[in-house]
Amino acid sequence: MPPKNNSSDNYCLGIESTADDFGAAIVSFRGKVLSNANDAYLPKEGGIHPREAARHHAEVAEKVLAEAFEKASTKPREISLVAFSQGPGLGPCLRTGATAARALASYLDIPLVGVNHCVGHIEIGKLTTGATDPVTLYVSGGNTIVSAFEAGKYRIFGETLDIAMGNCLDVFARNVGLQQRIGAPFGAVVEELATRGKNFVSLPYTVKGMDLSFSGLLTAAVYAFQSKRGSLEDICFSLQEVAFSMLTEVTERALAHTQKPELLLTGGVAANKKLQSMLKLVADEHDAKFCVVPLSLAADNGAMIAWTGILAYQSGVQTLVDESYVNVKWRLEDVDAPWVEGK
Amino acid sequence: MVLIKKGAEASLYLEYWNNRKVIMKRRHPKKYRIPELDLLIRTQRTLHEPNIIHNAKEAGVPTPTIFMVNVEDANIIMEFVEGKQIKEVLDAVSKEERLNICKFVGKLIGRLHGNGIIHGDLTTSNMILTPYGKVVFVDFGLSERSVELEPMGVDLHLMKRTLQSTHYKYAKECFKAVMDGYEEALGKEETKKVTVKIREIERRGRYVADRE
Repeated sequence: MPPKNNSSDNYCLGIESTADDFGAAIVSFRGKVLSNANDAYLPKEGGIHPREAARHHAEVAEKVLAEAFEKASTKPREISLVAFSQGPGLGPCLRTGATAARALASYLDIPLVGVNHCVGHIEIGKLTTGATDPVTLYVSGGNTIVSAFEAGKYRIFGETLDIAMGNCLDVFARNVGLQQRIGAPFGAVVEELATRGKNFVSLPYTVKGMDLSFSGLLTAAVYAFQSKRGSLEDICFSLQEVAFSMLTEVTERALAHTQKPELLLTGGVAANKKLQSMLKLVADEHDAKFCVVPLSLAADNGAMIAWTGILAYQSGVQTLVDESYVNVKWRLEDVDAPWVEGK
Repeated sequence: MVLIKKGAEASLYLEYWNNRKVIMKRRHPKKYRIPELDLLIRTQRTLHEPNIIHNAKEAGVPTPTIFMVNVEDANIIMEFVEGKQIKEVLDAVSKEERLNICKFVGKLIGRLHGNGIIHGDLTTSNMILTPYGKVVFVDFGLSERSVELEPMGVDLHLMKRTLQSTHYKYAKECFKAVMDGYEEALGKEETKKVTVKIREIERRGRYVADRE
């Protein structure tokens, strides 16, 4: 069924529930983000407990969805497409969002599109920065991927071999007794402390070809704190310097290899100013335009799901309710992206 | 001094040195790294690379001849290898030739691994086919010494990934040829162990469908 064409533009509702965030957003088919509502699950201690996070999502879903419609001054009947994050991510969390998406699409009798979360981060970065064919560094709590589009798909040039960059910062922060708050996630807390660090404490630098490893760095950083090899500020500073140098080195290699005209930074860790400044230097060196996703769309959000859903739908992709089960290990390079023009 | 390649890590300059056509590989300071870390990485890699290039020759793998190492400026002066990158060659030859080249590349990788050398950056840009049909491995900047299966697996995993991302049309048959050549150098038993390891590394990657 084609989108209802009762106005000059059509709207898509995007639902994101991959990990700790439950997000809902309304985006127009022309690429305007009309609303972007979100409610994050904040564990009292430790990391994300999938079941507890899913419970949170179910509790706030109604409120967040209502907020998305209200802020966009749109009624549910005015939307013509529902997109949801189908994977990769935490199963129980993904299922909560998928359930809401299926219910709405069926009730409103409009098409449903399952979106790959990683593609969402790349596409929202391209939409908001105007990048068309970038090397993308996607860094978040769950993913660390260097990718670029080649022959129909976003190919992975390098990725973490163990934990994600954001995960490394989160676990480090928890282990040294830091606290996160709404609006100030662990990454921001570490970043703030790092600006006051002066002395470099040497930590393991692990780049394997195009791939990265952060688990040894994490252990060494926590141990450096416990054995008082430096102040907390110094260790935060050193951890960022080493980890971001690793990311920058691999990203630079992908840029040199592919000779793409743009370098895009996206995902939750994209909010880090230090990382931005390092990548900017590399982009300049290779005459590539440096693009960074705006802060409001860096972390997981519904808008990126809605926009990617629109792109997919317009190129003929649709997900039948019967086939809309979530895919917790859906790799970026397994997604056909027919909406991206090949060179 | 002519800049001929600006890599991510180092720049290659074409130079004449004592009447020889040479390559000067220079690891420039990286502005994005703090000086302490930058110096450490550049010095370590500049010292390490010529050593391992020499070890590779002993293992029967053609590599450029090293003429001079200058630690302070982080540069290495070495032989200019005439030829074409395998990256370009693979797309320009017949299927039979392509598979032959891949098999030969696999054999050389096998020789490296059999002698405890891990290249660390096995991409098709780092292999040069000379006009005399010899394949020369260059850029040992990320190499290490190890006889363990894990780094061997990671090495070949990168080779596989390079084929998949850059030569996706015939990645599968090319990698099979690489492993055939590898087996010629290292034997069936060892190759089987490494193959299992590669599979394990692939499954360790995030969101692999059949990860347990």
